[in-house]
Amino acid sequence: MADTKPVQFTDAAMALVQKIIKRYPEGRQKSALLPVLHIAQAEFGGWLSTETMDYVAGILNIKPIEVYEVASFYTMYNLQPVGKCVLEVCRTGPCWLRGSDDIIQYLEQKLGIKEGETTADGMFTLKTVECLASCGSAPMMQVGNHYIENLSVEKMDEVLNKLKETHNVPSPDYGSPYPVTPGK
Amino acid sequence: MGRKLLLKDIDVPGIRSFEVYRKQGGYASVEKALKTMTPDAVMEEVKKSGLRGRGGAGFPTGMKWSFLDRKSDKPRYLICNADESEPGTFKDRYLMEYIPHALIEGMIVSSYALGAKASYIYMRGEFRWIFPILEKAIEEARAAGFIGKNILGTDYSLEVYVHSGAGAYICGEETAQIESLEGKRGNPRNKPPFPAVVGLYNCPTVVNNVESIAAVPPIINIGGDEYAKIGVGKSTGTKLISASGHINKPGVYEIELGLPVEEFLYSDEYCGGIWKGRKLKAVIPGGSSVPILPGDLFLKNAKGEPRVMSYESLADGGFASGSMLGSGGFIVMDETACIVRNLWTFARFYHHESCGQCSPCREGTGWMEKVLHRIETGHGKMSDIDLLVDVAKKIEGNTICPLGDAAAWPVASAIRHFREEFEYHIKYPEKVKDPKHFEKEPFVSERNAVVAA
Repeated sequence: MADTKPVQFTDAAMALVQKIIKRYPEGRQKSALLPVLHIAQAEFGGWLSTETMDYVAGILNIKPIEVYEVASFYTMYNLQPVGKCVLEVCRTGPCWLRGSDDIIQYLEQKLGIKEGETTADGMFTLKTVECLASCGSAPMMQVGNHYIENLSVEKMDEVLNKLKETHNVPSPDYGSPYPVTPGK
Repeated sequence: MGRKLLLKDIDVPGIRSFEVYRKQGGYASVEKALKTMTPDAVMEEVKKSGLRGRGGAGFPTGMKWSFLDRKSDKPRYLICNADESEPGTFKDRYLMEYIPHALIEGMIVSSYALGAKASYIYMRGEFRWIFPILEKAIEEARAAGFIGKNILGTDYSLEVYVHSGAGAYICGEETAQIESLEGKRGNPRNKPPFPAVVGLYNCPTVVNNVESIAAVPPIINIGGDEYAKIGVGKSTGTKLISASGHINKPGVYEIELGLPVEEFLYSDEYCGGIWKGRKLKAVIPGGSSVPILPGDLFLKNAKGEPRVMSYESLADGGFASGSMLGSGGFIVMDETACIVRNLWTFARFYHHESCGQCSPCREGTGWMEKVLHRIETGHGKMSDIDLLVDVAKKIEGNTICPLGDAAAWPVASAIRHFREEFEYHIKYPEKVKDPKHFEKEPFVSERNAVVAA
């Protein structure tokens, strides 16, 4: 759950952050806030602690409140610790038409948690999300960098077992649009 | 088989790479535009093409470009709106994932026409795996001399960057997108001033949808007049349609505008008809925000004329009996679908996605979600139906951005066309407490007979 790593980007992550800041005009480094928060979340255990947000504010030379108000606005940022594997199940109309309710209900029963909660062993967090632009392959869920599509209740056990294998490691991959290690 | 402009090479192995894309004739429009045309001439071709914004509003792209403040000495920006979040829409994702160079080529030609030196692709953060795909495409184009300083030996220089959103439907609205790109919450700005004058970093800015930008290279290649011959009337060219819901073949299809809706829905080349041999109940033809239509009114307008896939034909009848082409998010419901439950998921969506800036939207979307939930779960009152209509009316037109309208229209249209189904929910609370009630016992009203294949 809560990560014990100090809030300090690795050299590779910091190099990526600096590269991204340069994409915006001088004095507009705040534009890099959303990208840098994605990198921070992936690097520091899948969520943004106050320490992490303050650290990002320092890098971008903006006030911490400017980071908090952004982090709390966008749904992809987790402001609480999450499990090693975050299941984000889409529940909007087109997914619902193809059975997303059944998938959510099955996951809640199988994992013994409600949406928004994390299993006691810290393995899975279950989130419901709004339309992920995967309506043609519904129902579906996102896990890190991947969309797992055309789900069915019958397939769910296999899917969960596979995820347990790939994510039950000391530093699981939470996914990021800006991977520090390309190809991950 | 209709003409394909955007997806013509989708099945060519390796089309994601620069090498193969180039072999198929890719980047010819960059050579043509930068070496033989002035920026204004490029804009003129786009104007002549009649291309309309493919993100949903359908505003003519060439005209939008012409509003850009060219007298200002500030830098100009092009932002590609890749924040595809309208429920039912997944065409931009498909294009960017499989033919990324189609977008990059369009970005270069469009940026040239607008005089932009730096352009941003604002992509929804959830498309995490597409970021490396687009960044690789940009690097390949740079290595080949199509991006960077003095492109193809001309005076024109351009940088293209991919920028990530982080989960907010509202950032698809252009001024919210600009705010977000500046590193802020996605609160839409008051207009005027329009982004064409005061946009990103207070500079003149154009925001265009992915598909609109990808349509520019074929327009430059074949010429605006030739492009305008494709399609019907003011609906020119081809359009990507995202087809989902209760059909045999969900997916992204490129159609020539003007294709009969019946052919699109039933032919095996496209949706392949309603799944499980069931009947058609309703269609939302342009993404969750546009009015829902009962099956019969979708296939034929109120005068009994068959509809075609075009901006005008789908809107025929106004809000009384028509809908909109919107983003082309084509959602189909079979006879077992519960209109109320589907609508509740949409109301929940809009409530979740309201930025909270304007009270009619912030409060109204929450109210609609709550009332719809109680009707759907068997706790509704007859007066709730008119209450929903009333709340929707009070949101519509009373907000800074169109999210309020987008939240109101589905509610108003569902009640307009399916009022009996709402009344049924209130009359038979015990039945509707089972969320799957209509799968066992489809609801049929005399007014809206379901349509057999």
